[in-house]
Amino acid sequence: MAEVATREFVAASQAAVRDEQLRQALRRAGSGFDGTRREAIAEVTEDVWEDWRQQARSIKEHTIAHLDYYLAMLERNVQAAGGQVHFARDAAQANAIVSEIARQQGVRTVTKSKSMVSEELGLNHVLEEQGVDVFETDLGEYIIQLAEETPSHLVAPALHKTRGQVAQLFAEQLGVPYSEDIEEMARIARVALRQKFLEADMGISGANFLVAETGSLVIITNEGNGRLCTSAPRIHVGLAGMEKVIPSLQDLAVFLRLLPRSATGQRITSYMSMVTGPRRADDEDGPEEFHLVIVDNGRSRLLRDPALRESLYCIRCGACLNVCPIYQRVGGHAYGWVYPGPIGSIVTPGLVGVAQAKDLPNASTLCGACRDACPVQINIPRMLLHLRHQQAESDDTNQRTVSDTDKALAQGFATVMSSPWLLRLGRLVGRALSAPLARSGKIRQTRLPLVSRWTRARDLPVPAERSFRDRWRDELSKGGN
Amino acid sequence: MIQDERVVLPEWGGSANLARRFAREIALSQPPPIRASLFVTCIIDQLYPEVGVSVVRVLRRCGVEVDFPEGQTCCGQPLYNSGFTQEARKLAVRTLDALDGSQYVVVPSGSCGAMLRVFYEDLFADDPVMLERAEALRDRVYEFTEFLTEVLGVDTSPVERPAADGPAATRTVAYHPSCHLLREMRVREAPQQLLNNAVSVELVDLPDAEQCCGFGGTFAVKYPHISEEMLADKLASIRQSGADTVTACDMGCLMHIGGAISRQNLPVSVQHIAQVLDGGEG
Repeated sequence: MAEVATREFVAASQAAVRDEQLRQALRRAGSGFDGTRREAIAEVTEDVWEDWRQQARSIKEHTIAHLDYYLAMLERNVQAAGGQVHFARDAAQANAIVSEIARQQGVRTVTKSKSMVSEELGLNHVLEEQGVDVFETDLGEYIIQLAEETPSHLVAPALHKTRGQVAQLFAEQLGVPYSEDIEEMARIARVALRQKFLEADMGISGANFLVAETGSLVIITNEGNGRLCTSAPRIHVGLAGMEKVIPSLQDLAVFLRLLPRSATGQRITSYMSMVTGPRRADDEDGPEEFHLVIVDNGRSRLLRDPALRESLYCIRCGACLNVCPIYQRVGGHAYGWVYPGPIGSIVTPGLVGVAQAKDLPNASTLCGACRDACPVQINIPRMLLHLRHQQAESDDTNQRTVSDTDKALAQGFATVMSSPWLLRLGRLVGRALSAPLARSGKIRQTRLPLVSRWTRARDLPVPAERSFRDRWRDELSKGGN
Repeated sequence: MIQDERVVLPEWGGSANLARRFAREIALSQPPPIRASLFVTCIIDQLYPEVGVSVVRVLRRCGVEVDFPEGQTCCGQPLYNSGFTQEARKLAVRTLDALDGSQYVVVPSGSCGAMLRVFYEDLFADDPVMLERAEALRDRVYEFTEFLTEVLGVDTSPVERPAADGPAATRTVAYHPSCHLLREMRVREAPQQLLNNAVSVELVDLPDAEQCCGFGGTFAVKYPHISEEMLADKLASIRQSGADTVTACDMGCLMHIGGAISRQNLPVSVQHIAQVLDGGEG
C-alpha cells in the first residue's frame, strides 16, 4: 500500500501554507475549476442539476445497499465477455494479482492511464521492483512520476505544480530546452510517451464506473491516453475499488452528465471508453486478455458502518476539493495519503484507520461547501462529526484517540454550562483572570497555552461586566432598554 | 365574533368600567401579539450582551412579546462539534427544557440555530423520546433575520431604529454570510433583504462573501496556521469592499473577524446585524 503520512498533517500543512509556489498553483486551479463548474450548473439550471443529483444519489444508495448482488452480476458479465475477474481483499493481494499476471506473461513495459486505486495500492513500486518499466500516460501523472511525487488532487494530480516548475522538471529529466509554453510541453510529453504506447505489453487503467449489466469498464479522460492504454497492449488490467459498480447503462447516463461538469465544468468529456472483455474473434485490434481487479482494501469497513457508508457514493470528481477552504490553503499532499480534501478526510481514516489519521476529521470548519458541491449529495460534514465522535467516545480504544487535555477542557466547559449559576461564576472567574492580561477590554498578547493560539493573530474580548442575563433581569424584563 | 363578544359586555356605568371596557375593545380589535422566546446564545450572553439588547429592541419594535427563558446556557454545539456527544446531550436537554412551550424560539446566530434545528435530531437519533422533543423544537426555531422576514413578514421600516433628529447618516455595510446560516439553516436572502431595505445602510458587495472566515470553533486554535490564512483572505475582501462596517448573523465569526480587525487597527466597525438594524448603537 502507498506510504501513509497522515500523522504529519500539522507539520505538512504548516509547511504548505508557507509555500508561495503552492499557493499560486492552488489559487489558479481551485478558482478555475470551481468557476467553470458553477457555469456548467447555471447553464442547465439549478433545478435540473438538483434533479440529476437526486437521481445519482438514488442510484448509489441502491447499488451500495445491494453491492454483493451487483458485484456478482458484474463478475458474471465480465466473464461472459471473455474477461477475468479478481477480487482483492487488500493492497497486498491486489498487487500480488497484477504482479503475477505480469510475471506469467513476461511483461516488460506497462503503460498506465490514471488510476487513483493504483496510487492507493502503491502498484507502480511493486511492478518496478520486479523489473517492469511502468509509464504513467496521463499528463499530470506523467509529471509527478518524473518528479517522484504523489498526486495532490483527485482529477489533476500535478495541480500543486506551477507551469514554471513543470518546465524546469522537463528540462532536467528529459533533457529538452526549457519552455513554459503549454503546447510545447504537451508536445514533449506526447513524443516521450508515444513510443511507450507502442512498446507496452500491458496496459493498466482505473475505472470511473463498472456497469454490472454489461460487464463493462468505463473510463473518462481528456487526453485519449486511456484508450491507447486499454487497446494497444496485448493485456489490459483494469483496477477499481468495489464501490465503482453501477447497475446499468441507463444509470451511467446520469453520471456522464454529472462527472465532467463537477470535475472540470465540461458539458461532456473528451474521451469516454467502454471496455467489455478482451478482443473478440472478429475484432481487428484490442488486448488478448482482459483482467478486472476489484479492490476492497478497507472499503467493506466503510460499508459496514451506516454512518460512513455514503462515502462509498463518491465518484472522485474533486469538486469538494475545489471548494474546500482548507484544501485550497494546504493542498493535497498535506493530507498525507492518496485521497485528500473533504472526501479524503472521511475515506482516508476509513481505509488506513482512524488512529492513523487523527487530524483529518478535525481539520475542517464544517463550513459545508463540500456537501453543496458534491454531485451525489454526500453529507461530508456529518461524517466528519461522526469521526470526531468516534475519536472522543468510541468504545473501541483504538479509535478513541482524543487527548486528555481536550477531554478535560470539554468536561470543564460542560460543567460551567450546566447551570446559569455556574456560568455566572465562570464569567466572574474569567474576568478576574483575564483582567491583568487585557488592555481596553481586549487580550492582545498572552503566553497562556491554547489562548495564545488565538491571540497570535486576533484580539480576544474579555467577558462582559454584566451579562445579557443581568441586563434582562435588571432592565429589559421590566420593559426598559 | 367581535360583534358577538360586544353583546355580552357589561352595561355602561362609571369610569372603572370605562377603562375596562376600553382595554377589552383594544384587545378584541387586534390580533394577539406574537410571542417569542429568545435563545440568546452563550457567546452573546457572556461576551456581547449589547447584541442581545439590540435583538430585544428590534423584536419589540416589531410588536413581538419577547421572553427570556432563564434556564438556558449553551446549546452544546462546541461539545457536539468536538465529538463529545454525551456532554452535548446534557446541554441539549437543558436547552429543550428551557424552551419547552415557547411559541417561537429566536436565535441570533446561524450556528447555534443550526444546532437547535438540525443537529439535535442527529444527537438524539437513538433516543425516541428526546428525538420527538427535538423535532418539536425544530419547527419553532428561527434565526433572528429569518424570523423577521418569514414569521413577521417585515421588510425594514418597522425594524430600523427611528432617527432622533432627521435621517441617520448612511453607512456602508459588508455582509458576511456565516456558513451554518447559509448551508445548514439555508438562510441566504433574509439578512441581505433587511440590510438592503434599511434606510441608513448602503449594502456593498463583499468579494468571495460565501467563503468561510476560518473560525470553525475550536478549529481556530487547533489549526491556527490554516485559520489565519482564511481570515487574512476574508480581511482582504472586507478591505476591498470599502465598507465601514462588517456585519453577520453570528458573533462567533464576528469575534474572529473582529479580533483581527482590532489587532490590525483597521477602520472598520464590527457589528451583529441586530445592532446594525438597531441603528448602529448598543
